[in-house]
Amino acid sequence: MKGKRSMALPYVVWSIAFVVIPLLLVVYFAFTDKNGAFTFDNLSKIVHYLPIFAKSINLALIATIISFLIGYPLAYCIARSRTHVQRNLILLVMLPMWMNFLLRTYGWMTLLENEGIINKLLGMIGLGPFEMINTQGAVVLGMVYNYLPFMVLPLYSILVKIDRSVIEAAQDLGANRFQVLCKVLFPLSMPGIVSGVTMVFVPSVSTFIISRMLGGGGNMLIGDLIETQFLGGSYNPYLGSALSLVLMVVMLLIMTVMNAFDEDDMEGMLV
Amino acid sequence: MKQRAVCLILCLVVFLTALPMPAAAAEEQVLYVYNWGEYISDGSDGSIDVIAEFEATHPGVRVDYQTYATNEEMYAKIVSGSAEYDVLIPSDYMVGKLIEEDRLAPLNFENIENYRYIDESFRGLEYDPENKYSVPYTWGTVGIIYNKTKVTEPVESWDILWDANYAGQILMFNNPRDAFGIALKNLGYSQNTTDPEQLAEATEVLKEQKWIVQAYVMDEIFPKMTNGEAALAPYYAGDAITMIEDNPDLAFAVPKEGTNRFVDAMVIPKTSKNKELAEEFINFMLNPEIAAANISYIGYSTPMTAARELLDDELKDNPISYPDESILEKCDTFVNLDEETNDYMQNAWIEVLAFGENDVGAIVCLIVETSAIIALAVFLIIKKRKNR
Amino acid sequence: MRSIGKKLYLACCFLFLYAPIAVLIVFSFNESKNRATFTGFTLKWYASLFQNELIMRSLFNTLIVAAAASIIATVLGTIAALGISGMRKRMRSAVMNITYLPVINPEIITGISMMLLFVFIKEIFHLELGFVTVLIAHITFCLPYVILNVLPKLRQMDVSLYEAALDLGCTPVSAFIKVVLPQIMPGIASGFLMSFTFSLDDFIITYFTSGSSFQTLPVTIYSMTRMKVNPQINALSTLMFVAVLVLLLLMNVRKKPKGVHA
Repeated sequence: MKGKRSMALPYVVWSIAFVVIPLLLVVYFAFTDKNGAFTFDNLSKIVHYLPIFAKSINLALIATIISFLIGYPLAYCIARSRTHVQRNLILLVMLPMWMNFLLRTYGWMTLLENEGIINKLLGMIGLGPFEMINTQGAVVLGMVYNYLPFMVLPLYSILVKIDRSVIEAAQDLGANRFQVLCKVLFPLSMPGIVSGVTMVFVPSVSTFIISRMLGGGGNMLIGDLIETQFLGGSYNPYLGSALSLVLMVVMLLIMTVMNAFDEDDMEGMLV
Repeated sequence: MKQRAVCLILCLVVFLTALPMPAAAAEEQVLYVYNWGEYISDGSDGSIDVIAEFEATHPGVRVDYQTYATNEEMYAKIVSGSAEYDVLIPSDYMVGKLIEEDRLAPLNFENIENYRYIDESFRGLEYDPENKYSVPYTWGTVGIIYNKTKVTEPVESWDILWDANYAGQILMFNNPRDAFGIALKNLGYSQNTTDPEQLAEATEVLKEQKWIVQAYVMDEIFPKMTNGEAALAPYYAGDAITMIEDNPDLAFAVPKEGTNRFVDAMVIPKTSKNKELAEEFINFMLNPEIAAANISYIGYSTPMTAARELLDDELKDNPISYPDESILEKCDTFVNLDEETNDYMQNAWIEVLAFGENDVGAIVCLIVETSAIIALAVFLIIKKRKNR
Repeated sequence: MRSIGKKLYLACCFLFLYAPIAVLIVFSFNESKNRATFTGFTLKWYASLFQNELIMRSLFNTLIVAAAASIIATVLGTIAALGISGMRKRMRSAVMNITYLPVINPEIITGISMMLLFVFIKEIFHLELGFVTVLIAHITFCLPYVILNVLPKLRQMDVSLYEAALDLGCTPVSAFIKVVLPQIMPGIASGFLMSFTFSLDDFIITYFTSGSSFQTLPVTIYSMTRMKVNPQINALSTLMFVAVLVLLLLMNVRKKPKGVHA
């Protein structure tokens, strides 16, 4: 059935009112000063905050790579299990996602503290104590932990569709394990990799909760900075909007690059 | 399977909706109170629940009680227009700022007859000289809370917060005004300075301190100090009393350089739609018995002698909440600074929190990463072209 | 040998995923407030949790918003998907681009942009930030998920069936209900489920759009994590975990033949 175009009208109106106009407001505020006059000041101030952008992107990138390194084998293991085991394992991966991420991050605080459980356990075998919480490492750990399922699920759904015979064929043709991985598995699972990487990277870059709870306040990331401009300690929605605008543009650029990866390889796909 | 799940969830929702709505009576009046976190007796540990008492004495009224961590956070919420409250409890300088910006409603003291209990010395204070907009809630000093098992030397000076021997054991305020206050006092300047050079110096000092600071905290300080996570932290005297109760290894000292003496006051913002009820709430909080019960839980100092008389002896003459004249002499109170200084402080504070020694490294890293990714993309594209 | 390695790896991954949850559950039974030492078994935090009016109210708010937002978003989104499927290519890609915006935009930007809008129109519509704004925000970020779930089902659908129904004398409405709806139902259902869970779990967007009068559970949890240790948080986590677990088991058990479930 072809629906009537007009049926989409309420949705289009809704989207313009609550998606497009708000984003235009961000742009408007980014070019406005306290008195409502047009200005470039907010955007030119961004240069000053470049290190924060750099740090956020670095940490998010590290978190994404670690998630990929942990998530790919995990998704592969699950995809190669027996069918009913697969279902249960995937549910086990998804289950933590249904518990609020604030609570789970709070759980990590208990584990990582100087007097926390990990240090106590290590102390029993004579190690430590290690300074784990309030470091950049803890922030990365929080990102990996919270967004790992977002990496595993798309990878799993792609990997489970790859026919075992394709891999066997490659092996029969003399490919070693590494070659199978690089020439068969990776290209075939590219769409999954792209969506997994995006789904980990985007929320990691913009988080303000993880850096605040596990980073001890001294590891401010771009999300924190934006939040403080709106509801936090230093109220300045104009600068906040400018920061958001730049973040949005950076993300869109990254998306475009990622999509280039994807489409390019889609064409080369066997299926 | 999915349809079943939908059914299940729908059933659950219907079931939960059918539960009696929590006291959502039609005639219910709601009073929005916005206060500091951990700053009211909430009924835990056998204390009285002040809010519940108020609701019990005012049928048909529900208090929606919410908390903030810093004055600045409260200010952002009010100014952004995203939230409207009936009663706020900011500190001195913030009250001054709100008055200056014409955001507060003048109080009708006929509805606040318990104001008579407020001591003379707490009337007509600098931030509200005409006593038109605010009623003091509590007062106190800022000092250093330390763990006696970890700090054996006497704590006498703010300098100890810069002592590298305690690297990783120090907590610091997570708000610009208090942090700058300490840095300025330690440098021997006024905590209300507007001199850009002194402020720049304080910024440098705070940046230097960063590598020995374990975390920047507000109310997160409670578990960290009582569990022995950290050795030293500047914080408010009233909360120090609460923490010492939980962990007797802790102690509190006011440094010899002097410190900030704060007064937190109840005010009503202009946007309040329930001003009379808000005034009733303020009046209720000034009832000496309620105030005393509240104070004995939160540990701060009361501006009402009538309430202080009702406290346990231990708290009534506690030198932490009611320090000697010799200490008070060295204290002064924050005043509302001009806009320029406020802006400077806020930006400098973000610099302290966000920037580290390896900022250049981070940018270099980013450039390397970006080029690597672009190179990889180009490589893949070229490879694909060749294959075709 | 390889299989042992695989099992070990899986075990490590799940240990990582469940360690903090286990900690929260264990410490929900802890006598002392201290979050690092276990001093004795108690259920008092559960008892006090149910007496905590703030938490109960927030839970209620969360469920109301999630239910309302997901139902409205499902209806609106399904209708929109029908409309979009009838669009010509250029228009469709324009609409789809807007649809993808909230999905790929960082949540914090969606949150602040909506907050700016709501504050901006507050005076005009006398709309305080609260239930209505949170509902609007939740519907907005749920809509794309409904559309993205329903559209593929519409594409897979056999058009001739609908036309046959019309030829056989069905009115368009009854043809839609009897023929189209059953075929796209799985898409609608998964769209609804996703909306419901996302809405239930959302913190960031609610945080920026909720104002003073309306707090959902995640917002309340956030303010609790910033204060003194309150083991009620742990009790709450445990209950949420158990609730999800039970829900999943129920769904699973029904699928399996009898006697398999534990």
